[in-house]
Amino acid sequence: MNFKLKDIGPQLMTVIAVVLVFGFFTYNAQVNMENRGIDFGYGFLSQESSFDVQFSLIEYDGSHSYFRAYLVGLLNTILVSVIGIILATILGVIVGIARLSPNYLINKFAAFYVEFFRNIPLLLQIFFWYFAALRALPLPQDAEPMFGVSFLTIKGLFVPAFIWQNFNIFFYSILAAIIAIIVIRIHAKKLQETQGKQTPVLLISIGLILILPLLSFLIGGVRLSFEVPVLKQLATTSFIYEGGVSLPPELIALALSLSLYTATFIAECVRAGIQGVGKGQKEAAASIGLTPNQVLKLVVMPQALRIIIPPTTNQYLNLTKNSSLAAAIAYPDLVLVFAGTALMQTGKAIEIVSITMFTYLSLSISISLLMNWYNKKIAITEK
Amino acid sequence: MFKYLKQLTSLVAMVAVLFAFTTESMAAKKSKTLKNTQKKGFVRCGVSQGLPGFSNADAAGNWTGVDVDVCRAVAAAVLGDANKVKFTPLSAKERFTALTSGEIDILSRNTTWTLSRDADIGLTFVGVNFYDGQGFMVRKSSGITSTSQFKNGISACTNIGTTTELNMRDFFNSRGISYEPVAFEKADEVVAAYDAGRCDTYTTDKSGLAAQRTKMKNPDEHIVLPETISKEPLGPVVRQGDSVWEDIVRWSLNTMIEAEEYGITSANADSMKTSDNPQIKRLVGAEGEMGAAFGLDNEWNLRIIKQVGNYGESYKRNIADTGILPDRGPNELWTKGGILYVPPSR
Repeated sequence: MNFKLKDIGPQLMTVIAVVLVFGFFTYNAQVNMENRGIDFGYGFLSQESSFDVQFSLIEYDGSHSYFRAYLVGLLNTILVSVIGIILATILGVIVGIARLSPNYLINKFAAFYVEFFRNIPLLLQIFFWYFAALRALPLPQDAEPMFGVSFLTIKGLFVPAFIWQNFNIFFYSILAAIIAIIVIRIHAKKLQETQGKQTPVLLISIGLILILPLLSFLIGGVRLSFEVPVLKQLATTSFIYEGGVSLPPELIALALSLSLYTATFIAECVRAGIQGVGKGQKEAAASIGLTPNQVLKLVVMPQALRIIIPPTTNQYLNLTKNSSLAAAIAYPDLVLVFAGTALMQTGKAIEIVSITMFTYLSLSISISLLMNWYNKKIAITEK
Repeated sequence: MFKYLKQLTSLVAMVAVLFAFTTESMAAKKSKTLKNTQKKGFVRCGVSQGLPGFSNADAAGNWTGVDVDVCRAVAAAVLGDANKVKFTPLSAKERFTALTSGEIDILSRNTTWTLSRDADIGLTFVGVNFYDGQGFMVRKSSGITSTSQFKNGISACTNIGTTTELNMRDFFNSRGISYEPVAFEKADEVVAAYDAGRCDTYTTDKSGLAAQRTKMKNPDEHIVLPETISKEPLGPVVRQGDSVWEDIVRWSLNTMIEAEEYGITSANADSMKTSDNPQIKRLVGAEGEMGAAFGLDNEWNLRIIKQVGNYGESYKRNIADTGILPDRGPNELWTKGGILYVPPSR
């Protein structure tokens, strides 16, 4: 033990200062709340919420508890984040690669998209997509059917609902296909490594994932029917679609604006990642006779991914946190339902804000851990 | 040693902040709010983000409305000038936190007086300056003329953080109608979404519906349905724990209502000093010691009437003449068939 006071002194002082400041704020809050007759406690979570929510993934109405309302908000936040992340990733990768395209038009178009969408504040984009789209979309009675069964209207997107018979058999057939594909892939890799034989893995995989579920229909007794949304009149000029599944326009506008905005940043990550792989690598790979596809798949992408993943993780986190802007356009996310309505009805500001903060923190850390795990998996493994 | 200079400075700053806060919370004395208001020279008043007739700012930033007049009355009483008010526009969601955290001293923002708000969250309601009730607005073209024509699947736009959300559920539930609540944080967005056709109906307090109707693209295309589904007594709110301040705000409002009852207006207030009626003389500071208990001078109520006017003048100026609700309905004096009835100033 040969550390000196001057080494740990400043750190010790900082820790004490932080503890003091936090302790002081907690104490001050307690004293002030007591003076104003505000109770502190989380007991309200089990009380009846008595307000309804527009859109929920789990069964919920006002007779459920505030905790249930919290779950509704949380799930809606996760839903829009997941949709946003998937769309943003797909769009981001396409645009990122397009920015490297030798085709002048594609290249410039991608560059324009990136510069345009990432330089306009997100809240404005959300308002634009919501209110512009609302004004542009037809009323339910005027909507043109898409593929004859879906309707995009000012009150949302109405699509047919799937009604399954023997859904579990269908599910198992897909599960079996996935397991078979994994086994074949492992086997193909072994073949490649030991005997240098190439197996058409992709073709076999596609075949399996198509044929097995098809068999479940033919001999497994699986039946699929659709419940098509039907126009219903509420009043002289007021209509709604009944039956099927409806997606509120708030969700569509929010997912769209979040993914269009975040995709610009992901596109730049992808472009930087691909450009970060040395030119010599590609030339060397080509010189040992790999096809251009193999060069991309076996040489460029594995190296580019290592550059792409860490900054993309940041973008995923940003998207999740930005989804809290939902409150502006009535999408019932965690902030609107829990830190909004529930906070107002109970007045438990400190409790609810602390739970909300902790929830976003947990969400961010989960995404971060997942992406770090993936990053580690694709990192250079020294043999 | 210079290496630690930066940490040291930040530490000193933190400690300084700590002491600054400590001395402030120790200074809490009996009528802290009044003392602070007089020291600052203005009343800090929380209002809406724009509700014509209640609290609305014009292009030049001048606030008008019956809710605004309550704050002006308090400013006239404690500072001698009805214009010494700093208005803070607040959303329904922010309003109570702004008051309990001390950012404002009066919340006069068409706020419904309910048991849970009064008892739970550190607030005290001081009175009612507008008797309201929740209603529904629909497009005329829809052909709906009564809430009994509402059908399953109707979508209703409203604000979050209001009693409206709760009443709406009670209303639709008791009638067994399934509905889609679409709740926005700001009133302007509710109106925009309803106006665009996102919702079949827009629900909030009837006064609010009447006021927001004036903001629509085509006000004539919309009607407010006759049914009232709830009681919404709207009134000013103060923080719990300063009973002197609470009394000042309560009696500033009462003075305006009682002045109307006795026919005292901003125009004739001075001449009323020589009235034969002792009740009138007390209301214009010509008899008794009506301000001492608040730590104010004797003419505090005279200033309110002269600078802001009585309740009737305020209503006429803000709500009737602007065409929002020409008929006073329940907000008429008890002597004229309404329910405005305040305890006597004596």
